[in-house]
Amino acid sequence: MSSSFRVDFLQGLKDCLPIMFAVAFFGMLFGATGVNNGLTFWQTLGSSAAVFAGASQFVFLELYNQQVPVWLVLLTVFAVNFRHFLYSASVGRHLDQFNWVQKYFGFFFLSDPAFAASEQKAEQGKLTPAYYFGYASSLYPVWLIVTALGAYMGNLITDPNALGMDMLLSIYFLALLMGFRSRPNWLTVVLASAVVSAIVYKWLGAPWHITLGALAGIVLAAAIGKPTPSEYGGAADV
Amino acid sequence: MFEFFVAPGNAGNVWLIILLTGVVTYITRSGGYLVLSRFKNLHPRAEAALEAVPGAVLVTLVLPSLLENGSLEVVAMGAALVASLRLSPIWVLAIGMVIVIGGRAAGF
Repeated sequence: MSSSFRVDFLQGLKDCLPIMFAVAFFGMLFGATGVNNGLTFWQTLGSSAAVFAGASQFVFLELYNQQVPVWLVLLTVFAVNFRHFLYSASVGRHLDQFNWVQKYFGFFFLSDPAFAASEQKAEQGKLTPAYYFGYASSLYPVWLIVTALGAYMGNLITDPNALGMDMLLSIYFLALLMGFRSRPNWLTVVLASAVVSAIVYKWLGAPWHITLGALAGIVLAAAIGKPTPSEYGGAADV
Repeated sequence: MFEFFVAPGNAGNVWLIILLTGVVTYITRSGGYLVLSRFKNLHPRAEAALEAVPGAVLVTLVLPSLLENGSLEVVAMGAALVASLRLSPIWVLAIGMVIVIGGRAAGF
């Protein structure tokens, strides 16, 4: 293992530390919710191990309890996770240093925070596999351990809100969101997504506000995004 | 097999459902790359759309905490927003959390 690999890996791990606390809260909540909703300890842990995506795991629990057909469970999980489709499309542009094993192994760990960190790293310079795995795959064992803890303790977590745990991830995502403010049309995109997301949230409810809100901003960005002159070798005609 | 997918209630197959939700999740996480890597050059509009992904998605993850909560949370998020203009995410998180925890302890 080269020293630059270690430096990058540790940098990724270090950047990931604050997010581990937020993830710990959601993982414990999922563990506790799982065993209180008809899953066994091992099934709850198995869901975290196979899926590794909090929102869709909660959706799975909800639908599993309502005894809906499997195809509907899978379709819903797909829709809830559609933002990850956008993540891999976007991050895919920064993977020149990854071989195909690193790419396809790495996609398994492409969570919300891992995506945001990867985009930021690519903006600052180069996204290396070492940094990516230092950040993205470090969350995986944490996710499993806290799921197990939550499932083991069940109802013991009485008032996580007093500790503000429900706000932790939101504040962190807000900070990450602001980190992208120098991108073209950022404010327009964010406002469009926010408005549509709020309407969908009130009208259809979670988790549809994520996919539909995000799509609104992205479609708008495509509609107003003008090619920069450099992309046409200085001969832009618009 | 058909029964398994369309019949409501599949408690006996919970492990298979868990595995399938994992597969579906992985398909979304690799699918965007798989589709886009087929194109040598991206259309500028596609490029603009991809540039917009972080902002467009992150704001939708933040929004519910503002819609669901009271004024304390809005104040905390506002302070975090201002702090994020100057400080790194860790400090933004610290400031926001101090306001939330302190405010809730004080009964707001």
